[in-house]
Amino acid sequence: MSVGGAPGGSDPVDLPPARRTRWRDQLRAEGGRGALIATVSTIVFLAVAVVVVVNSPGWDRVREAFFNAEDFRASFPDILSGFWVNVQMFMIAEVLVLMFALLLAVIRSVPGPVFFPLRALSTIYTDLFRGIPTLLVILLLGFGVPALDLQGVPDSDMFWGIVALVLVYSAYVAEVYRSGIESIHPSQRAAARSLGLSQWQSLRFVVVPQAVRRVIPPLLNDFVGLQKETALVAILGTVREAVREAQIYSTDTFNFTSYLGAALLFVLVTIPLARFTDYLIDRERGRRQANAG
Amino acid sequence: MRKLFAVLALCALVFAACAEEDSPDQPQPGASGASCEKDSLQLFEPGQLTVATSNPVFPPWFQGSIQESAWKNPSPQSGEGFESALTYAIAETLGFTDDEVIWVEEGFNKTYAPGPKDYDFSIQEISITPKRAEAVTFSDGYYDVNQALIALGGSPAAGATTMEELKATKLGAQIGTTGLTFIDEVIQPDDEAAVFDDTSAAKQALESGSIDGMVVDLPTAFFITAVEIPKASVVGQFENTAEVAGQEQFGLTFEKDNPLVTCINEAITALKNSGELQAIQDEWLSEATDVPVIG
Repeated sequence: MSVGGAPGGSDPVDLPPARRTRWRDQLRAEGGRGALIATVSTIVFLAVAVVVVVNSPGWDRVREAFFNAEDFRASFPDILSGFWVNVQMFMIAEVLVLMFALLLAVIRSVPGPVFFPLRALSTIYTDLFRGIPTLLVILLLGFGVPALDLQGVPDSDMFWGIVALVLVYSAYVAEVYRSGIESIHPSQRAAARSLGLSQWQSLRFVVVPQAVRRVIPPLLNDFVGLQKETALVAILGTVREAVREAQIYSTDTFNFTSYLGAALLFVLVTIPLARFTDYLIDRERGRRQANAG
Repeated sequence: MRKLFAVLALCALVFAACAEEDSPDQPQPGASGASCEKDSLQLFEPGQLTVATSNPVFPPWFQGSIQESAWKNPSPQSGEGFESALTYAIAETLGFTDDEVIWVEEGFNKTYAPGPKDYDFSIQEISITPKRAEAVTFSDGYYDVNQALIALGGSPAAGATTMEELKATKLGAQIGTTGLTFIDEVIQPDDEAAVFDDTSAAKQALESGSIDGMVVDLPTAFFITAVEIPKASVVGQFENTAEVAGQEQFGLTFEKDNPLVTCINEAITALKNSGELQAIQDEWLSEATDVPVIG
């Protein structure tokens, strides 16, 4: 979404002062009326939506199938204990992703012809793992590797599920880091080099710290994506996470309400994270404006 | 402002009008008393019996393949396999020719989603339970089913004769099956049951050793051990089930309160009384007499 540059947002400079004041008053009045219209239309819209849904001929059956309090209570304990498995998976995976992806991004940003093979490798990795469906990576590692029957290789579904998630999400997150690194003005690196820092040191102490701070919001965005994709690991069988538990209840009872419990738990984690991201964006903006002033 | 309200009000009216039209006039099931003549049946498409099943389907429930079918091997149109043969027998009892039986694809989840169905009934080895009957209408049971345990020779589950011996084993089953509920609620092993999306994934896990045993219905167990994993064998069958007080049975599923079920039940009863249902069962499903019971 593009921000800023909205017409009428700032005073038209070419108007004489008297007309400029009138213009401002007009805007303020429109703003007040706008808020009123927004409120009323939201209420009307919601009311119409509710009336249409509740009066539809199939509503009783839909309510029974998706919003049944009794089924919610019956399925929730298993789903809650399943959600703990999700939490473990995404916490472990996220830490590994943040480290591995940074390594990939840094490798891709190292200048010099000698490092071309490394840069190429990092590029190919990112292209490949962003393109392959996560489910296939999970199946390939979770079913494929244990079937090789190698000595000392773990055969835990959860282990290989986490490895697959780390491989896939590192590719996404490496690109986020890279956009951050490339957004740092070249003069920063030049200044660092002129102070006597080496290529590596200027990256380590000047570029990366600024870059990471700048990309925290999109990093959290990918983290939320990762949280939900942990549900895919269930395909391997022995990982009974929240969505799988909901599915088990649903297929056993022919009622879909259990999914609502799983959704609620994911949202309970996602919303605080979203607000935290907003807070970080605001803080970063404040800091940049302070620097500019 | 006024325009906005007008538009929203119009929307509401349009929606309400549509809804009105869609609303199905629901005749009371059982209260019909109508005859089960082919022409007086309330069908999805008049003059034909539209039957749904999942794709793919599996032996021994479906066997044989037909070239121009949406299903690869096996295809339900073949008339071979227990459920295919049963469907054509029901159709014949009601007066349909084989050509008037139309098969449509319908996933397991969709059979119990609320709302109108674009078929008359679905047949895919679905066990009847009281809880499920709140969401769909079941026909009378057409097959008495027992769950069975299969394992590779040498697995900890292989020699089990009691459920107590299975406590320390890692068992798996397919999602949506009563086998899964049976592990979780009746056997209750120390490790929770492994859950697979389909039998292929479960078989993969059994062969790779990530599970010690797999619980499936007995006819499927025979098929898997005879054809698909010859190294595995049927350890035994279980007598009682988790959710059904008496004998667990497979039933056809209908959209909730579909009145057609009355006539289909009459046809099933006729097939039972004439001995034809038993004959179809003998033809397509293996004898279960020599399988030990795990108590």
